[in-house]
Amino acid sequence: MTRARPAPFTPPPDGTHPPLDYAAYRSTGLRAPSQPPIVLPHRLTEVTGPLLGAERIGPSDHDLTAQHAGEPIGQRIIVSGRVLDSDGRPVPDTLVEVWQANAAGRYAHARDNWPAPLDPNFTGGGRVVTDSSGNYSFTTIRPGAYPWGNHHNAWRPAHIHFSLFGTAFTQRLVTQMYFPDDPLFDQDPIFNSVPDPKARERMISRFDLDATRAEWALAFRWDIVLRGREQTPFEEPHDD
Amino acid sequence: MTEQSVSGQPVSEQSVSGRRPLGLTPSQTVGPFLSLGLPWPDGGDVVAEGTDGAIRIGGVVRDGAGEVVPDALVETWQADPEGNFDHPDSAERSTFRGFGRCPTDGDGHWEIRTLKPGAVDGQAPHVDVSVFARGLLDRVVTRIYFPDEEAANAADPVLATVPADRRATLVATATAPAELRFDITLRGNDETVFFQV
Ligand SMILES: [Fe+2]
Repeated sequence: MTRARPAPFTPPPDGTHPPLDYAAYRSTGLRAPSQPPIVLPHRLTEVTGPLLGAERIGPSDHDLTAQHAGEPIGQRIIVSGRVLDSDGRPVPDTLVEVWQANAAGRYAHARDNWPAPLDPNFTGGGRVVTDSSGNYSFTTIRPGAYPWGNHHNAWRPAHIHFSLFGTAFTQRLVTQMYFPDDPLFDQDPIFNSVPDPKARERMISRFDLDATRAEWALAFRWDIVLRGREQTPFEEPHDD
Repeated sequence: MTEQSVSGQPVSEQSVSGRRPLGLTPSQTVGPFLSLGLPWPDGGDVVAEGTDGAIRIGGVVRDGAGEVVPDALVETWQADPEGNFDHPDSAERSTFRGFGRCPTDGDGHWEIRTLKPGAVDGQAPHVDVSVFARGLLDRVVTRIYFPDEEAANAADPVLATVPADRRATLVATATAPAELRFDITLRGNDETVFFQV
């Protein structure tokens, strides 16, 4: 025999991830597959993945307020937290990518043309890498809510898009971080596409007084939990 | 107890390994503006231009109406030609990047430059693929197999789980020397086979 097959990753509990077919979010209609997916047992290609880290980070990628000649308009905030797996193990040295709208709720993107102002000092893209304990932190401005054409008078709650790799193809996650007590949650089909209300709450950051900087910035904390492994041979004691 | 608090989860529900697992962070769509955060200038260059043995793999992403999808992102992950990965779980660690990432253009087209992977773990050579887009609340996952590997494909344990009449959606088409086409149809006629990982 060659090496034992590495342990697979645990399946996500029901209700954690949104169904692809979710009529309330209209764009799913032509894009969600009609056939059920076929289960792919985890083999080497799935339990490995790109180990992307510091080599992908540019000098001002961690500070979205410092990417232009002037400062962007808006409430300056520090967003920080930890990346963990579901066993509570930190995911160190892993790439975290973020993108967001400006303070007025407009993206610096050719296809976003609702009548809110662009900010010449804000592009809205950032990248950071977690430290050896899985901590990440970046500085930005608080994004605004924005309207979209999903249904009459539809507004997206303010959010920051996040992309994470972990250490395996199976851990890849793209998600959105929301802000506490947003009155727009109830009418947002994307937020509500997550079936389990407890899982939904895990997308909401919390105000973090300890991380604020006096005379400078407010702060929000948001921890991100990726899938863990089914069993880790190294940690299974065989003391019988 | 030395458990650290995890934001969003009451400490009573938080686990260290071996106990109750932490709740996962849910997936959400990339939305229409992913190009502000995800593409890299060298995203499609799994290997640099001029690399010996380089091949190009690309195609068009289409929706259920047959329209091209101009705002998707295709990511690829694969072994090197010997079947090894740049990862500690690989029996022999490779220095091959193995990862590709390409947003679709206005014509729904994506493309990477890479090396053909070797067989992995008793499977035919393959590339794992994630597709992200507005309208997808979670990524969809598929696999690219190679048209010049008929015998290995016929013996592949993953292809064997796919209904025979849908397997062709997972095999790229050779369009020129060192050039392969792999179209992805999210929904409808000739819908690509997607996997749950
Ligand atoms: Fe957004």
